[in-house]
Amino acid sequence: MLEMKCDVAIIGGGPAGLSAAVAAKKEGADKVLIIERDNALGGILQQCIHPGFGLNYFKAELTGPEYAGKFAEEAKALGVECILNAMIINMLPVEKSAICVNEEHGVVNIKAGSIVLAMGCRERTRANIVIPGTRPAGVYTAGAAQRLINRQNEMVGEKIVILGSGDIGMIMARRMTLEGAKVVAVIEIMDYLAGLTRNRVQCLDDFGIPLKLSHTITKIVGNERVIGVYVAQVDNKKQPIKETEEYIDCDTVLLSVGLLPENELTKKAGIEVNPITNGPIVNQYMQTASEAVFACGNVVHVNDLVDNVTIESMKAGKYAAQYVMKTRVEAIREVSSITGDNVRYICPQKIVITKENEKVRLYFRVLTPEFNVVITVSSNGVEIAKKKAKRVNPGEIEFIEIDTVKVQGEEVTVSVNKQGGAGLCAKK
Amino acid sequence: MRKEIICTVCPMGCPITVTGEGDKIEEVAGYTCKKGLEYAANEFAHPVRILTTTVKTKDEKNPLLPVRSEKPVPKEKIMDCMAEVKKVRINKKINRYDVIISDICGTGIDIVATGNY
Amino acid sequence: MMKTDVVIVGAGAVGCAIARELSKYKLDVIVVEKKEDVGGDASKSNSAIIHTGYDAAPGTLESQLVVAANPMYDALCKDLDIPFERIGAILPAITEEQFNSLPAIKEKAMKNRVYDVEFKTKEELLAIEPNLNKEVKGGLYIPRESIIDPFILVQALAENANENGIHFLLNTEVTGIQTGDKCINMVETTAGTIDTTYVINAAALHCDDIAAMVGKADYKIVARKGEFYILDKNTSCKVNKIVLPIPTKVTKGKLMCPTIHGNMLVGPTAEDIDNKVDKSTSKEGLDTIAVDVKKMIPGVALRDTITQYSGLRPNRNPEGLRFDMYDDLKGYINLSGVRSTGLTLCISIAKYVVEQMIEHGMEVSFKDDFISKRKGIPCFRLMTEEEQEEIIKKDSRYGNIVCRCETITEGEIVNAIHRSVGATSMDAVKRRVRAGMGRCQGGFCGPKVIEIIAKELAISPEQVNKNISGSYMVARKAR
Repeated sequence: MLEMKCDVAIIGGGPAGLSAAVAAKKEGADKVLIIERDNALGGILQQCIHPGFGLNYFKAELTGPEYAGKFAEEAKALGVECILNAMIINMLPVEKSAICVNEEHGVVNIKAGSIVLAMGCRERTRANIVIPGTRPAGVYTAGAAQRLINRQNEMVGEKIVILGSGDIGMIMARRMTLEGAKVVAVIEIMDYLAGLTRNRVQCLDDFGIPLKLSHTITKIVGNERVIGVYVAQVDNKKQPIKETEEYIDCDTVLLSVGLLPENELTKKAGIEVNPITNGPIVNQYMQTASEAVFACGNVVHVNDLVDNVTIESMKAGKYAAQYVMKTRVEAIREVSSITGDNVRYICPQKIVITKENEKVRLYFRVLTPEFNVVITVSSNGVEIAKKKAKRVNPGEIEFIEIDTVKVQGEEVTVSVNKQGGAGLCAKK
Repeated sequence: MRKEIICTVCPMGCPITVTGEGDKIEEVAGYTCKKGLEYAANEFAHPVRILTTTVKTKDEKNPLLPVRSEKPVPKEKIMDCMAEVKKVRINKKINRYDVIISDICGTGIDIVATGNY
Repeated sequence: MMKTDVVIVGAGAVGCAIARELSKYKLDVIVVEKKEDVGGDASKSNSAIIHTGYDAAPGTLESQLVVAANPMYDALCKDLDIPFERIGAILPAITEEQFNSLPAIKEKAMKNRVYDVEFKTKEELLAIEPNLNKEVKGGLYIPRESIIDPFILVQALAENANENGIHFLLNTEVTGIQTGDKCINMVETTAGTIDTTYVINAAALHCDDIAAMVGKADYKIVARKGEFYILDKNTSCKVNKIVLPIPTKVTKGKLMCPTIHGNMLVGPTAEDIDNKVDKSTSKEGLDTIAVDVKKMIPGVALRDTITQYSGLRPNRNPEGLRFDMYDDLKGYINLSGVRSTGLTLCISIAKYVVEQMIEHGMEVSFKDDFISKRKGIPCFRLMTEEEQEEIIKKDSRYGNIVCRCETITEGEIVNAIHRSVGATSMDAVKRRVRAGMGRCQGGFCGPKVIEIIAKELAISPEQVNKNISGSYMVARKAR
């Protein structure tokens, strides 16, 4: 078996992998190798031809290919190497190696000084949410349809119903309409829009596509191919109200019902995964429980802004390089981040305390939307950070910064409470 | 004429009501910041949108090249622009930001590549 | 006009098994199948279990055929390279009433000549199956109940039949059967007329429609729908054996078992419907699965589902598996009432049918060049690293992993398309190599498989179907 040696092996050449590669190189790692399964770098951004990327990082509104292109060029200029059309089928964290399969080289054993997991995520399927009915052709996840239309030049259908008002669903509503299909409706089970308002305006309102909140698809109809769906209003327990059921004629159903971090390699390697994020447990260096393995991007937790993926991934790349070069500051102890009031999950789940103070950003998502809140971090009952926010909602990742020198005890708790009312650090 | 607009400048999504006729704005109500006021006025009088789509290449393995309008184009011209874009066939090397169609539909705005070919 | 000795109507498990059996003889045989692939109906939507026949109606033809078939599988699966495992089944009695019914079940098994059914105590059962309901009182253990890849079983039988000279007419429907002078003359199909001596009706769900063409429809087929869940390979609550419920009159009941590829299968429901088409799943149907299976395996995690499906059992009314030949219609063989045990007894009923045909005067001689073995599609995922390197060197497409969830390569997909009775649709590819059966259900590999099928069959992507005609995957080109 062919062997390839490198200092930092990065599994995945999408925005996370590219940013990590750039950072690893800049930190001083000698050989940085990206292993990418597609025939080009850029990952999912290659098919995200719409704008909305880089508003924070580049202060410009870029499309996916532009954002990926900038990093791919920087990576190349810095001397990052890559193998394309290559799939990692096994990762061995203790040996620090990964087995890769590729037409050109066959089976390759990649031996690294450290590994960065940047595999991204997959889409929730029809079956995961149990939509009853027949199983005809014409039921696609939005991302698969996006790949078909933007990379393979194929229109999946002409008359579309989209389930899920997340950004991917809305973006596809616009895309299909621009290409001549009719998007009959976007169906959303919650009573609020899942994605960004600007997308509702520019993808649905602009084209007169109706948005049905508090609705769901109760049945898919059609034997060979979709011929229609039944749609019904839901009650406050999200159960369909039978009397409100109506039939919508269509030939395609697109599903935008959630993303799941793709951690099969991670789990197979025995690295601990957080059940809420479905991603590996990491510390502020994006290091997993296995010291030579780092992780970044959607594989750790599903992000909304690729700009944040870049920031997080640069950390992973930097510290993956430091691990190899043995230049990282020594850890004294490790504490855990705990979810307090209205916090669904926090990333990182572990915080390493060193003898120097470190400013660590704790990224989190809330459980329910709220206006005029105060975000607090407490440690051993003492408030160590506080921040106000006009508006928080589950669809947008927030962060609060702490100084590690202020951390006492074993845990830090992040809570989000309405201003002028709730207390500190209510432990879950 | 009165138009209800949701501002998309920041995640607040303030609902703003604009009253006016064509280019002339009579009243703007509901904005909470200067950017919102500006956005609403423009959205009322001259709504524009960035157009992003793909053009066909000759390569079977990579049949499409992603493109964008360099600047936002008038919203009402989007479908006309799409019709023009659909006619294009790429058969030479393209670098990102090369002009694919210049001055599309008389807007003065170019359609440029967002990837390499 | 085509001319042959035997026309088999239906390429399901039974039709293909009969085809393979007949292919041992110097006979011309044509199998006519309505769908685009073999095994595309009840043969693909079942619980993938090879039964022992312990619970059949004693003394019936069905009972004899199931009991005879079970031991044949070891040799068959070795010869035809079919994934098969004798994992065994347990029949746990959760209630006192169920516990008291166990002796009768064992006695029935004995009457069916299934002698290796054993009583197990509560402790023994919990040791075998730790996730069993702790209230279990005791149960039965049926060691030869087995699991198989039902798709590969049918494909292997069909491929081997084809290798031995049997013709398969797919996408072809039988529209009429001409008789005359008390015998079969011709079969009319959408692909033309076939002059034939024998017609074997193995059309299962539609066998009454075929029988009606020759005026022998003295029964009706009533479709009984069964809905299933498949759970992720990493589901939190697994079973080691086939966990069977104490059967009722209507159905074998809802079971939970491993699949040969490591998923968990839960189901089926049993609901008579008034048509032969509706294979929809329903919330009500699927919910009953949870209720029933939880009685045996309380921790079953249906939220770990990766897919749900349903199939239609071809139930006969009046009930019962029947084999019919007629003195006033020579050459016509009718098989009806083949249902829950159909997958199991396909290989024994094949032998029975041929034996009966010979007894009724069919003159045959063995082929001396019969190919008895079949090598399946290489499975990259299960190869050693050396074997993987080898196969990539031979055909670099084995180095292109298309289905990430199940580690399926382009080489395997291409093999599936070009081999005997090869795949021509997405589902046909899926059933041969598992691409699309993983947790993402084709979300990643689907777009790639469309391209591969189009390329290998020299058709446009818009002509690639999910399964039967009309199930197009993509509508048109964007540009």
